[in-house]
Amino acid sequence: MSLFEHKISELHKLLHKRDISVSDLVDESYKRIGEVEGKVQAFLTLDEENARTTAKALDEKAVQNGPTSKLYGLPIGIKDNLVTNGLRTTAASKILENFHPIYDATVIQKLKQAETVTIGKLNMDEFAMGSSNENSGFQKTHNPWDLDRVPGGSSGGSAASVAAGEVLFSLGSDTGGSIRQPASFCGVVGMKPTYGLVSRFGLIAFASSLDQIGPITRNVEDNAYLLTAIAGYDEMDSTSAKVDVPDYIASLNGDIKGLKIAVPKEYLGEGVNEEIRKSVMDALAVLEQLGATWEEVSLPHSKYALATYYLLSSSEASANLARFDGVRYGYRTPNAENLIEMYKKTRAEGFGEEVKRRIMLGTFALSSGYYDAYYKKAQKVRTLIKQDFEKVFEQYDVIVGPTTPTPAFKFGENTSDPLTMYANDILTIPVNLAGVPAISVPCGFDQGLPLGLQIIGRHFDESTVYKVAHAFEQATSFHKQQPEL
Amino acid sequence: MSRISEGQVKHVAHLARLAITEEEAQLLTDQLDKIITYAEQLNELNTDNVEPTAHVLEIKNVMREDRAQKGLPREEVLKNAPEHQDGQVKVPGIIE
Repeated sequence: MSLFEHKISELHKLLHKRDISVSDLVDESYKRIGEVEGKVQAFLTLDEENARTTAKALDEKAVQNGPTSKLYGLPIGIKDNLVTNGLRTTAASKILENFHPIYDATVIQKLKQAETVTIGKLNMDEFAMGSSNENSGFQKTHNPWDLDRVPGGSSGGSAASVAAGEVLFSLGSDTGGSIRQPASFCGVVGMKPTYGLVSRFGLIAFASSLDQIGPITRNVEDNAYLLTAIAGYDEMDSTSAKVDVPDYIASLNGDIKGLKIAVPKEYLGEGVNEEIRKSVMDALAVLEQLGATWEEVSLPHSKYALATYYLLSSSEASANLARFDGVRYGYRTPNAENLIEMYKKTRAEGFGEEVKRRIMLGTFALSSGYYDAYYKKAQKVRTLIKQDFEKVFEQYDVIVGPTTPTPAFKFGENTSDPLTMYANDILTIPVNLAGVPAISVPCGFDQGLPLGLQIIGRHFDESTVYKVAHAFEQATSFHKQQPEL
Repeated sequence: MSRISEGQVKHVAHLARLAITEEEAQLLTDQLDKIITYAEQLNELNTDNVEPTAHVLEIKNVMREDRAQKGLPREEVLKNAPEHQDGQVKVPGIIE
């Protein structure tokens, strides 16, 4: 049995009793990577030498003091858009192929304080733009449940590495579903926290008003532990919220009696696969048995979320990605006579197709004469979408629906038309526009492929989201199934 | 009617500092036209009296104390620069 089948709380006890060492856990990671990474291809960079040195140092320290932090010694994988001091960070883009950051993202500093061990950097869609990892500038990550299928995206490597048992847990980032959708496709637990709960300092920005870092784990309790470690105010991020981080673990008591659940009819409509609809209805029955009640509601502006999202996120991206100009870091074209030509060729050669398409869309939407018609219009519709959620949350504790309209699809299935690929995120995008927290937990299988249940909460009410997710998880066994590799 | 012309696409590419080929200009015109046409469904909504949302938090004008701090060490900063000379980042000619 893999050590990673233990929960964090169990591993902590084993480490405390010295039944296992940190080095054993790190060995487990690299051993498994040696066995399955050829098939899964989740990692862009491995940090084995450092990880083993860190493990040894932590083991020696424990001999003196015993483990302190709950996450002490646990092997973690990091999405490659989080900067790690001295460790290559590419955002899966050729333009950053040889970039070695000179500082740590705030979440990485926090993980170091918590004494986790970084195993390596995980594949993603280039600059987090995509839903399948097919937009990575380097490699395709495969879904551990079916190697012919995508792991989802953009945090595909983060979800696949956890599902494949290569790391105990990982960090991803979510701009329009990029944690929840791959978590759903790979049968693991993925949380997108409230906008502002986790510092974005050191997250390579895609769409600054939507991006949020979050944990991907094998179970809900582990997820709550990892979020506890990375959440909290940070003066280095001006959009970081000054809120206290509550004790999420204390909310995992299984008590959802009297809880009121809203089920948006728009989330179970056309385009949602029949098996997924059935698994969500089954999940609602489970939650009812545990004492919750549910009613159908409407989020009437849902159908406008996709267009709103692509205008806003691409506009923000076109500004954020202006910094990749071949001057201070990253790739520079060797064939340029003057500065403007250098910018243009560097960016043309360094960025992939999808990234260029979105920079173009965003630049157009922000350009003179079109700003009001597209960008500002989308910002106004964003207000309407946010108000949809606020109205529902006046009467209900959580919103429940599927995470995705279909299970994991095959490579190449959605690449011909950008709009078909974008439609994949239709159930996750409204959550980012509203800034509320949401989790995806395993809730069934369709022909051997995992399905995800999405639970959405009020701003900064991760506790209730976790409480419901945990109660559901404890009453079902979907999360215990492992892919065969 | 097409929402965006090939000429506009080339202009936007210039604004975005992206070199594009003739074939890419054609393809992008077609793809952006489709995406923009799709996005125009937002016009179904009357938003005359709706305030725009830039981001969801109630935070405004975050200021920090204005105090002098040491910058990053020069050798560290130059480590990632594609080209540098005499402690400075080097770029191709700006003025003819």
